[in-house]
Amino acid sequence: MPSATLLGQALISGVLAGGMYGLLALGLSLSWGLLRLVNLSHFALAFLAAYLTYELGTTYHVAPWWSAAMVVPAMFLIGLAQHWLFDRFKVNELASLLITFSFAVILEVAIQLYWTADYRRFETPYSTLSIKAGPFYIPVLELTLCLVAGVLAWGTWQWLRKTYVGKALRASAEDADIAAAYGVDYRKLAYLISGMGAAYAGIAGTFIALIATLAPAQIWTWLGVVFAVVIIGRLGNPLGALAAGMLVGASESIAMAVLSPAWAPVVSFSMLIAILLWDPEWL
Amino acid sequence: MMDRTSAWPRRRVLAGMVGATAVLGAPAIVRAAPSGTPVKVGGTLSLTGFLAQTAVIHKIASEIMVEEINGRNGFLGRPVEYVLLDDQSKPDVARSLYEKLITVDKVDLIQGPYATAPILAAMGVAQRYGKVIIQSSMGIPKLQTYDRAFPATPFGPEPDKTYPNVILDMMAAMPTPPKTIVVLTSKFPSAQFMAQGMRDQAEKRGVKVLLYLEYESGNRDFGAIAARVKETNPDFLWVGSLGLESNQVLESLRKLDYTPKNSFHLYPAPGPLALSPDGDKVLCSTFLEPDEPFMSRPGMKKLASEFKEKATKANLPYSTIDAQACGMISEWQILEIAVNAAGSLDDEKIAAWLKKNRVTTVYGSLRFDGPFNHGDAAQLVKQVQNKEWKVVWPTEFAAPGVKLIAS
Repeated sequence: MPSATLLGQALISGVLAGGMYGLLALGLSLSWGLLRLVNLSHFALAFLAAYLTYELGTTYHVAPWWSAAMVVPAMFLIGLAQHWLFDRFKVNELASLLITFSFAVILEVAIQLYWTADYRRFETPYSTLSIKAGPFYIPVLELTLCLVAGVLAWGTWQWLRKTYVGKALRASAEDADIAAAYGVDYRKLAYLISGMGAAYAGIAGTFIALIATLAPAQIWTWLGVVFAVVIIGRLGNPLGALAAGMLVGASESIAMAVLSPAWAPVVSFSMLIAILLWDPEWL
Repeated sequence: MMDRTSAWPRRRVLAGMVGATAVLGAPAIVRAAPSGTPVKVGGTLSLTGFLAQTAVIHKIASEIMVEEINGRNGFLGRPVEYVLLDDQSKPDVARSLYEKLITVDKVDLIQGPYATAPILAAMGVAQRYGKVIIQSSMGIPKLQTYDRAFPATPFGPEPDKTYPNVILDMMAAMPTPPKTIVVLTSKFPSAQFMAQGMRDQAEKRGVKVLLYLEYESGNRDFGAIAARVKETNPDFLWVGSLGLESNQVLESLRKLDYTPKNSFHLYPAPGPLALSPDGDKVLCSTFLEPDEPFMSRPGMKKLASEFKEKATKANLPYSTIDAQACGMISEWQILEIAVNAAGSLDDEKIAAWLKKNRVTTVYGSLRFDGPFNHGDAAQLVKQVQNKEWKVVWPTEFAAPGVKLIAS
């Protein structure tokens, strides 16, 4: 039987790992839920941001927060450009899946051409720092990531609920024609959401650069679990995405501590199937 | 300790040595430049996908070897042309590409891809067309059931039994021999195969296995696994890792303020682990390192220097030649010696020659007449010392002045 310390530590690790799932799911959930575009290149954009953070940090010795100040706006612009293509060619939900997959593959190859397939690690003095709380250890970077993800999810949720733009976006997602009849310019607002989604990928990428070792093929590492998180958290629901991320992360981690670590991937997808069958009203 | 000697007919050993000497040692003046229609040698490597980090090393090693071979006498006096395709780290793609290489590109010979699954896929195609296939990275020798498939790396026929005993010998020689072990492994088939062997051999030799854990290949978070290892606090941590997993495990342990007393890692990415702040004194499997006595092997110094130059040019962060690169070098050395000694591009004749003769490669003298065409096992243990890998066990393979540092 695992000890209380082991279970507590596993829970902390899982919730913090879930913060990354939630942060990656945030932009994807917005684009899928509000624009009806499934953006698989979201993961490639996050890794592009991670590599740029790595490059700025290792070659030019730019601190990660300054890198983020440069990389995140650049990602926002890439998001706008990407949406211009979707808009120009009237891409629908299914086609978006294929087009963004191709875009992700192209980005993967481009990353490999410039940074090679070899592993890249951005070593920082704080990469393995932890705070001790009783018998538990809380990694500082992962905790910061969770706090940032929490602020973004809460802020976006409030923005969607309280502001005119947010309400207009939600109305358009419900029924674009009716929303247009009330004067909502959905096309312009869609650019904003696309830019925001890419910017969130940029923020996730900055943390990936600090936490993980980079390799081009790792673009696909989070794909399955983040898709599960987006669906469990409900499309277009930023707080749902974060909560689902933490729930899946914690469940995986507890499974690793109590059962066998090999059971962890089964947990997220079993949870997805169970929730889809159950379909609780609170979701 | 492993028995590295065998009762081989002197004639065969001499034949291999003469072949190797003729190829590697003959002065340029007596060699004619290769001419005529190129001999096409086809192969795939995982230039993209999750195995690309290692395949790029194999690609550089192949480029060096093709230049070297063409700088000598080529194959049977003809230049060698390497037809390299990208299998994207996918066995099904490897299978299709080998089919294409043989039937469409009409290559004369083939070289094996990288990693167990693509090798198995390619081996099936090779068998269908009767081609000789030489590979350097199939971690489960018993799966090499095709009689014209040859290993370029000395795993031996049963590495799941022989190599754990090399590690257990090393553990027994430590000032305070570890009495408990945790075996943690990826479910990647070759790692899992070795981990099960390590668990079984440790139990047989009285080392208590406190925990045996398997995780999925591509596992993202090692926090909970690290917590289990810390709670168990073994004398020795054995990690059946691939690529970056070792770094991830050690980083997760450090976040819990825990450093394993001794840790061994099976197939990690050598550069990132050696350079990591967590890498100091970790142990790892190897067949050779760019150090004595290996650098005294024929041609090794030149190969190491060429590899460094090309790897640096290719922008690889870790440009030192290692066992991975040498696996591919060994593949080409075996093919070159076998083709020229058999005097033919006929796969049947090449395979027959290999089964009867030893070949001297960067890994030393290899033979192919044992089970699954394997010869003697020669897996060693290396350790990170001052950010560099040093062979530490068996002691006769350690460079002068290098010793195993135990906790």
